[in-house]
Amino acid sequence: MLNVKNLTVSYDRIKALHGIDFQINEGEIVCIIGANGAGKSTTLRAISRLVPVGKDTTMTYDGKNLLAYPPDKVVSELGITHVPEGRRLFGNLTVLENLQLATFSVKDKQKIEQDLQKVFSIFSRLEERKHQKAGTLSGGEQQMLAIGRAFMSGRKIMLLDEPSMGLAPLLMIDVFEALREINQQEGTAILLVEQNARLALQFSQRGYVLESGNLVLEGNSDELLKNPEVRKAYLGG
Amino acid sequence: MTFFLQNLVNALQWGSFYALIALGYSMVYGVLMLFNFAHGDIFMVGAYIGFGVATGIAALASLGMIALPGWITLVLTIIISMILTSFVGILVERIGYRPLREAPRASAAITGLMIGIILETGNLALLGARRISFPPMIESVTYNLGGVFVTNKKIMIVAVSISLMIALSQFIKKTKWGMAMRAMAYDYAVIPLMGVPLNTIAALTFALGSALAAAAGILFGVAYPVLDPYMGIVFGWKAFVAAILGGRGSILGATLAGFLLGFIEIFVAMIFPSTLRDLIAYSIILMILVFRPHGFFGEPYSAKLRL
Repeated sequence: MLNVKNLTVSYDRIKALHGIDFQINEGEIVCIIGANGAGKSTTLRAISRLVPVGKDTTMTYDGKNLLAYPPDKVVSELGITHVPEGRRLFGNLTVLENLQLATFSVKDKQKIEQDLQKVFSIFSRLEERKHQKAGTLSGGEQQMLAIGRAFMSGRKIMLLDEPSMGLAPLLMIDVFEALREINQQEGTAILLVEQNARLALQFSQRGYVLESGNLVLEGNSDELLKNPEVRKAYLGG
Repeated sequence: MTFFLQNLVNALQWGSFYALIALGYSMVYGVLMLFNFAHGDIFMVGAYIGFGVATGIAALASLGMIALPGWITLVLTIIISMILTSFVGILVERIGYRPLREAPRASAAITGLMIGIILETGNLALLGARRISFPPMIESVTYNLGGVFVTNKKIMIVAVSISLMIALSQFIKKTKWGMAMRAMAYDYAVIPLMGVPLNTIAALTFALGSALAAAAGILFGVAYPVLDPYMGIVFGWKAFVAAILGGRGSILGATLAGFLLGFIEIFVAMIFPSTLRDLIAYSIILMILVFRPHGFFGEPYSAKLRL
């Protein structure tokens, strides 16, 4: 479904990604694990068209050239959404407004209402707090709202940047269970980027290992969990 | 007491101009983190466009093609000029600011200064150095309210200004475009990830600010019917002061600060010789800012600028 070939990204002439290849298939949960600074967030930014890519890079989604789409159209026309690191909610807007803003380009009022009900059924706490300012939510609720927002704006593929960051273990489980529910009910493919490698590999079907801008390993997640190199470098032995 | 009330009426009128212009500054500053120093000149352009529209309507009337009462002419002039000037604002954003969005902030700030100079001297090249008198569209009527003299023009100016301010604040509170502007003021970088076209919201912000500046320009022309190409400079500076004093991106703040500036100026002139007006008025305002460096109602925003 999403096919990325020879992805290179540079920041001020320093290469962050050295030509990586990966793909995401329909309805799949894929993770990219790697250390801080390996280029995980950059990979997601490149798919969302927020950073310029090298001229030999190709990215196609369902046969369409992703590089021809500006960032807002990647979301509104292709349905590829991005939950950024640190959630980045609009703290001055209410919970409901955060969700409504994500439907800015959606014309179908009925669909918006249905999606809103779905979000509230997955995250019932958001409904209780819908008139509260997003800035007053707890960390777990904020992550739920960030995912809910992505759910509202289109959900062919959801790109998630460190969704476990700053969450207590129990909340982490809540969040990942909700993601699995979305994946199974809506068929949303998920590309997950995590420092918490164990969690990411347990949750996903396939994984890639990113090291200093290069993909060094790929495979089924349960195999990667058993791989001695992965265990040594990312799972604490 | 009547002396005080008389000055209060004048201050309301004067504050209306500042507040209308300050709103445009404040919105662009809030939504785009940008000082649009050309905004005072947009006020000037709006006044001239208003002059053009009013003259055009008068010409049609003299040819016998239309016959409109003065009030209707004025309302039409305001509406048409606001629309036309909003396109000038969109053009300024498109040419002067959008290409520099990733550039250092100082570059974007001097862009505004240059566009301002281009608008002033462009006007000079187009129409020459003569001052232009704004066509009188309505007859002035003075009412004596217990010793306080109020003209119909003053009432109209304050009423139109306050209506526009209420309309703007409702637009920003209630519509999805307004919601996008508020969101963008909080965290600019995430806007495209919501499927919201950032450039459209930027253009809208300039359009709204420019339309209000045009309204200010025409209302100013009604009260003081002499236009010149540099009329926007000092007005722009003072409205900029009001925008910052009101707090970043705050509609209520810019409005109140605009009126406050009007009050301070008029009441200082009431007590001191008018040559000392701005010296004293702006010393007072400087002191206010020293004690409230974030202004009256700065809106919260995320400190993160990039994703």
